[in-house]
This record gives sequence, structure tokens and C-alpha cells, in this order.
Amino acid sequence: MATQNNRESIKLLDGNHAAAEAAKLCRVQVIAAYPITPQTPLTESLSEFIESGELNAEYIAVESEHSALAVCASASMVGARVFTATSAHGLAYMHEMLHWTAGARLPVVMACVNRALGAPWNILNDQQDSLSQRDTGWIQLYARNNQEIVDSIIQAYKIAERILIPTMVCFDGYLLSHTEMPVELPSQEDVDSFLPSYRPHTVLDPANPKNYNLVTLADPRMNANGVFCHGYMELRYLLQESLQNATSVITEVGQEFAELFGRDYARLIWEDNLEDADIAIIAMGSLAMEARVAAGLLRREGYKAGVLGLRVFRPFPKNAVVKALKKNRLAVVFDKSISYGNEGIVCSEIKSALYGHDVNTIVLNYIVGLGGRDVKAREIVDAVKKSVHYLRSGIPISEQPEWICYI
Amino acid sequence: MINAVNLSEEEYVLPGTRACPGCALSLAYRHILKALQGQVIVTVPASCLTVLHGMYPITSVKVPCVNTPFASTAASATGLVAGLKVTGRTGLTVLAIAGDGGTHDIGIQSLSGAAERNDDMIYICYDNEGYMNTGNQRSGSTPLGALTGTTPILGKKQKPKDIALIMEAHGIPYVATANASFPLDLYEKVKKAKQIKGTRFIHVFTPCPPGWQFPHSHTIKIGQLAAETGISILYEIENGAFRLTSASRSIAQQGTLKPVIEYLATQGRFKKITQEQISQLQAWVDTRWRYYLQRAAGDL
Repeated sequence: MATQNNRESIKLLDGNHAAAEAAKLCRVQVIAAYPITPQTPLTESLSEFIESGELNAEYIAVESEHSALAVCASASMVGARVFTATSAHGLAYMHEMLHWTAGARLPVVMACVNRALGAPWNILNDQQDSLSQRDTGWIQLYARNNQEIVDSIIQAYKIAERILIPTMVCFDGYLLSHTEMPVELPSQEDVDSFLPSYRPHTVLDPANPKNYNLVTLADPRMNANGVFCHGYMELRYLLQESLQNATSVITEVGQEFAELFGRDYARLIWEDNLEDADIAIIAMGSLAMEARVAAGLLRREGYKAGVLGLRVFRPFPKNAVVKALKKNRLAVVFDKSISYGNEGIVCSEIKSALYGHDVNTIVLNYIVGLGGRDVKAREIVDAVKKSVHYLRSGIPISEQPEWICYI
Repeated sequence: MINAVNLSEEEYVLPGTRACPGCALSLAYRHILKALQGQVIVTVPASCLTVLHGMYPITSVKVPCVNTPFASTAASATGLVAGLKVTGRTGLTVLAIAGDGGTHDIGIQSLSGAAERNDDMIYICYDNEGYMNTGNQRSGSTPLGALTGTTPILGKKQKPKDIALIMEAHGIPYVATANASFPLDLYEKVKKAKQIKGTRFIHVFTPCPPGWQFPHSHTIKIGQLAAETGISILYEIENGAFRLTSASRSIAQQGTLKPVIEYLATQGRFKKITQEQISQLQAWVDTRWRYYLQRAAGDL
């Protein structure tokens, strides 16, 4: 594979600064953001790039996250490449605009620095914030480390602008956002050649006036020329169709990225030692890295364990998950989120993917790491061993998730 | 000065909109777009204007337009301004236009933010004094004593907030009030605002026949009566310099206000107003009128 790694520079960066560097490399033109812990260093860093003249962009210091995304949506509508970043309550406050941006088919890219939601107040990491937004029509990518933050943001623009779907790059608060790691930063020249400039689907021009996203009825309706145009439901179908097809676009873009930068993103999931594994540990974000440590420990104790890390959560990579889990007897899903009254959000998605595929893998679910509770590799190991014990001893498997906590 | 003879014949709002008969917004919007000569990108939240604009795939308006969620009108305008700037497009005015619910209530946060940043937009609030698009519920601009769907028996107990004064307090370069019954005054103000950089705010009084409960042939008369009684005061504040305009200027120079009761009697929404509320309303009008007369003192 021809790589141009020699043009990259290695820097020690925390996740927030890695994200800011990536946005800069993508030549974002309009940034609108509102401060929220733990995202603030990201937006401060972008402000610094702009004020120092390193980045030619407009920074709009808005009065709320709702406005941040409204600014981004309208700036995107008029043809600008836009960026925003938020966390937790900020993302929740954007909820209405998340739907709007996807419905309007605007390729906004956002960094979500994953953080727990109140009440009670908590500023530390879990993934409840972005996973609660799974039904808004956004693509969601999750980074396991700071390198993947950079690479995912660069790919996100290409994916979003190719299929006109907004894309959220999620990474764990503090665990990544405030933890420095060596990161290979691509050169501007390479990013420019990877990422063409944004060509909007809309031109707002008085010479050819159009009215975007006005009231649309349920049924198709005739325009002034007698042509039937889509109703609301057809527009929703097209959004779903594009998200379904997005898996191939994400794969293509990942391959293009690999060819130019030498880091492989051709798969929708990360697979570590799953080939011969009986047990798949499933996790998302930085927890998928911790799970690798756990799998290593389990292997040393004679358990054939591997890791399935979810890189793409929306569109959900059903086929890839089915293929990966076909050979496993046991899948243990570690969720940093919960759909209250049901189970971990990732677990539900995994179970749903397996339906009808004649996969006999038993799926067990552990809720971990909420509100920043540390998740140790040893705890993952113990949970997996407990699960194996359930299987061997024939203990009926509970339909409810188990919690790794003090209750 | 513009007059009925030299007003541009170019229309940007096509005939046959979905607005109610006698809608003052229709009239105001028509003159706003004329004043901007169509060189505009409009952003509009959920409101009566959305209804006027029509339903996909047919629209009644000949200017480019984006729709935006209720709370985000000014933020959307900020995004349009920023987007035009970074893509090197010049010569277009960004017009944010929202109702009183979208301005006084749910939109005030984003409007205040945009004004504090002095983002380069014209923001027009067309004020029909309630949530008329959703069938007439009380807003922060509904007057004391008015019956609405959410003040159905006793009428509104509070006086409205003065949005133009709130916007003036932001220190923006241009604040004006207008009234759909005085379309040429509105036209001149929009034209003037077009030449100014920064956030320009215009509040337009727009009577609403179904919401205020009066015959749709009375819209103009009621708007005029609002000016004559001091309910609607027409002025502009350009870089801090205050000027009464149009009917309000004439009244200040040579007349006196008519009693508020004359205005109230024309509308079904005030049919249950009490004597005490009428006195309170009259006192509110008198205080405001004195305040504006004082501010205009050197100019009359």
C-alpha cells in the first residue's frame, strides 16, 4: 500500500486538540459552538487557530447549543463547510436541530465529547448522550483513541458531503478528550487531496428563488408544472435509504483514506482476535481498547476471547456484526448507556442485528462506566468469566442487564 | 420619499397566498420585500408566515427562503450571514422574520445573542399579539385584558413586554417600530435598515382579524386606530438618535391621542375587559406616550 506517512507529523495531543487539528485540516469555514465540559478545550483551540490566523473561518460564539446547530445548518445551507462540538446536555439541547439538520440533508460534522447526562449533575464520561440521539438521522462514528478522532473527522466530511447526511464523531470525555497520546497528523496537502471542497445541494439565489423545508404534506403533491413531488413520507424514506446505503460509502471512504494515509478504515467494526474466539467482548469507544487488554488476560487464562469494537453505530453495521459473531458461542456486550426499562443500547442493537440470521450466539449485557465510573480490564475479565459460568452451569440467563456497580 | 405613485411595481409575494383574509402580515411582508428589491435571503420559523409561504412544492414567494425551528430564527440568520461571508457572496440582505411568539418568547435567546454579536441582519418581528398560527393563544406580546385560547374567560392579566426597548438596550445600530396600516413608513424603514451594517430590528404591528375578532375589512382602520390611540407608536432609533415618524409624529406635533377605549371597542378579544383593566391599559399607554414624547422633544 502506497502511503505518504513521511509527510505526517507526530504530535502529542489530547482528544480535544486532536479534534480541533482535524477540523482545521478539513478547512472548516464556519464554526459555531457553546462551551460545555469536557468539550471546551476543543472550541478554545479552534478559536485560537482563527484569531492567530492559522485557520480562515468564522467563529460564532453562540448563546446556546440549539443556536450552534442552527447557525451550522443555515451556514451549510448557503454553502459553507461547518463544524460544531458539544457534550451531554448540549447535545440534548440540540435535539430538535439534530432532527432538522438530518431532515434538511445538510452535511454538518460535529464532535460529541461523550459525557453523562443529569440529573444529578455529572461531568464525566459515558455514552448516554450520543446514544440517546441515535434516531435523529445522523451518522455516528466512535473513536477508540485520539488517532481515530483525527482520522474519523477527516473521513466524516467526505462521507457527509457525499451522501448529504450529517455526521457525529463521538469520543469519550476525559478518557480521550483530556488524555494525551501520540497522534499522526496528516499534512494539509494530503487532506486537501483527500477531501474535495464542499458543493452544496442548495443554492440560495434571488435569481432562482426556492423555499427550503416549508410545510410538506403526507402525500405527494403536484407542483405548478403538474409534476408530482414527494410527500413527507417519501422524504423520510429517502433519508432512511441513504443511511442504509451509507455503510458502503463509509467503507469506500475508509478505503480511500487507507490508500492515502496508510491507516485502515475499510471495516465498519474493529475485530481483534475474533477469528478463533468462542467469546466476543463487544464495546464501543475507548472501552473497546480496554476490552483488548481484557481479552489478552482471558487468553492467558485459557479463554478464547476476542473483541468486537463498534466503529460505526449509525448506520448500524448489521451484516458486519452478524458475520463477526457467527462463530462465537458467547457475546458479552459492555454498555456505557442504558435504554431505561430495557437494556444497554448497544446490546439491543446487537441482538436486533442477529435476528433471523441463524446465529446461536448467546448475548449477555453488562452496564458499566456510567457517570465516569472507571472500567478496569479485570472487571471485564470477571464479567466474561461469570458469563461463561452461566453458560456452563445452565443457569437461566436473565433478560435484564447486569450492572457492574455497588448495588 | 416613497409614495403610492413611485412605489416599485415589482411584486415578490405572489397573489393567492394561504394567509387569512385581511391579514396585515401579507401587506407588511409585501412592502418589506419591495423595499429590499428582492435581493434577500429570508429565514422564517414556524409562524403565520410559514402558512403564507404555502406548502411544498408550491410557494407564494419569489425570494430564496429557508425555514428554521421556532427558537432559532436569529441563529439561522447568523448562519446565513456567516455562510455568505465565507463563500464570498455579497450584495444580499439576510432577513430574519418571525412573529411575536417567535421573537418575544421562544426566539428571544437567539435574537439577543445575534444582537449582542451585532450580526449583519435585518430582524423583523411581525406582531399579531399572540400565537395566531396555532389558533390564538396568549404570548408575551398579548395585551392586558385580551381573550385568547389560553386566557379564555378572564383575559390576559399581564401587560406585554416592550420588545423594541429590549432590543434598543442591546445597543444595535437601528431599531424601529412600524405598523402595517402605514406601509410606506414601513417601506422607508426597511430601505434605511438595508443600508446599515449590523443587527437592525424592526417591530411591525400587524392586526389579525380572526385572532383579534374583527371583520377582515377593518384591518387598516384598526392599525390606524392603534396609532391614533398610542397603542402602536411609530419611531426609529438610528445609532441612538430617536425620532417619531409618520402618524405618531403628526399626533405628537399637532394632536392628542384618542382614548384607548375607542380601539378596544373595535375588537371581540376585549369584550370582557373590565373597567379597571381599561384604566390600567390607558395608564400604560399614557406613560409610554409621555416617555416617547420626552425622547422626541428636541426633534418635534
